Amino acid sequence: MKKGYIVLIVIAIIVLGIFFWFKGSYNGMVNMREEVAAQWSNVENQYQRRLDLIPNLVNTVKGYASHEENTLTDVVNARAKATQMQINLDQLDEASIKKLNNVQGELSSALSRLLAISENYPDLKANQNFLDLQAQLEGTENRIAVERRKFNDVARSYNAYIQQFPKNILAGMFGFTPKPYFEANAGAENAPKVEF
Amino acid sequence: MKYLYSLFAVLIFFLTAGAQDFPEPMIPRQIVNDFTGLFTSQQKNALEQKLRNFNDTSSTQIAVVTVPSLQGYDPNDYAQRLAEKWGIGQKGKDNGILILVKPKTQREKGQVAIAVGYGLEGVVPDAIASRIVRNEIIPEFQQANYYAGIDKATNVLMQLSGGEFTAEQYANKDREGAGTLIFLPLLIIFLLPLLFRRRRGYTTGSHGSGGVPPIFFGGLGRGGGSSFGSFSGGGGSFGGFGGGSFGGGGASGSW
Repeated sequence: MKKGYIVLIVIAIIVLGIFFWFKGSYNGMVNMREEVAAQWSNVENQYQRRLDLIPNLVNTVKGYASHEENTLTDVVNARAKATQMQINLDQLDEASIKKLNNVQGELSSALSRLLAISENYPDLKANQNFLDLQAQLEGTENRIAVERRKFNDVARSYNAYIQQFPKNILAGMFGFTPKPYFEANAGAENAPKVEF
Repeated sequence: MKYLYSLFAVLIFFLTAGAQDFPEPMIPRQIVNDFTGLFTSQQKNALEQKLRNFNDTSSTQIAVVTVPSLQGYDPNDYAQRLAEKWGIGQKGKDNGILILVKPKTQREKGQVAIAVGYGLEGVVPDAIASRIVRNEIIPEFQQANYYAGIDKATNVLMQLSGGEFTAEQYANKDREGAGTLIFLPLLIIFLLPLLFRRRRGYTTGSHGSGGVPPIFFGGLGRGGGSSFGSFSGGGGSFGGFGGGSFGGGGASGSW
């Protein structure tokens, strides 16, 4: 009779222990995934911000350097490509992040070529509007680099969290998958240099 | 006490030398960290006092740092990382600004960058930061007037972040003549505390009592929690940086 109680109590404690561990780990994973998601949208916002700046920049440059047709179309095309790339966090994997990197990197290099040709147009270089746009663009490149770095940081701690034993069993059961990282030095990191 | 400080400084120097790209803030805590000796001690003290006063009245921290090398980083990138590491500005408000200067050497161009904390990106947008670099800092730096350039830039930044004028007003102002610039520091010192009292009744308000701006007490070297009298060394009154965060806003230039 007494023995039976003790066994029951021990079982109850074990069940409770498992429940709390389960709850803690699961909620922890959810919170961290949300953090990764929030940081991912910060990255996307900054990319979007850059896309929004481009039409204005292209129009300003056109006014002064209309016969730089090729460079201008390159930027417009690269922007169009980048606009189509919207990745949800759920679809985020090694392949899609690589593709995003390439597309955005292409845009970065098209933009730096555009800014480079501006060197040949003193009127354009002295245009206040152009200088402001250039500063905004430069600032946006910085922000992209910062947000990407922060994304890598939160993704790293999330990945480490869900891959640790025994949490990895839970993670597998509920579909918490590791997130890929941005590779350093993929175009966007090399913000176009502005010299005065 | 002083021995302890220098011991600390030496220790930190050895711990961080070489291995790290980013220096630790000077001890005792200062808002102007001149690692390259760009300013004379008078200039440094004037700047330090001005920026501490502004920190005490508005909680906005405008830090000035000069470094001998950017360690291969882009100036904006270096400024952002350093500002984030030091946590310039208050946590949560993210109201910090860093003016970073890498002085010109015989072989290398000088670089200057302004990093703007998340919380101030609205009042100091990139385009305005860039204008401050182009219009206030670079022309002075080209003539080796380092103090004048930083002094002007900090004045504009103080006015922008204090809400005295908006970014558009600054953008449209464009060179009103140097006459006003002489009065600006005076104006700020006397008007800003009053303005802040009136406009931001809700701020922590742990300073002096009544309607007297805390700055007046501070100037005498006594009074609520802040003793500017000894800012040049010894017992620091600057409480250090508050953990503000930076998202990459700002601008840079070279000369």
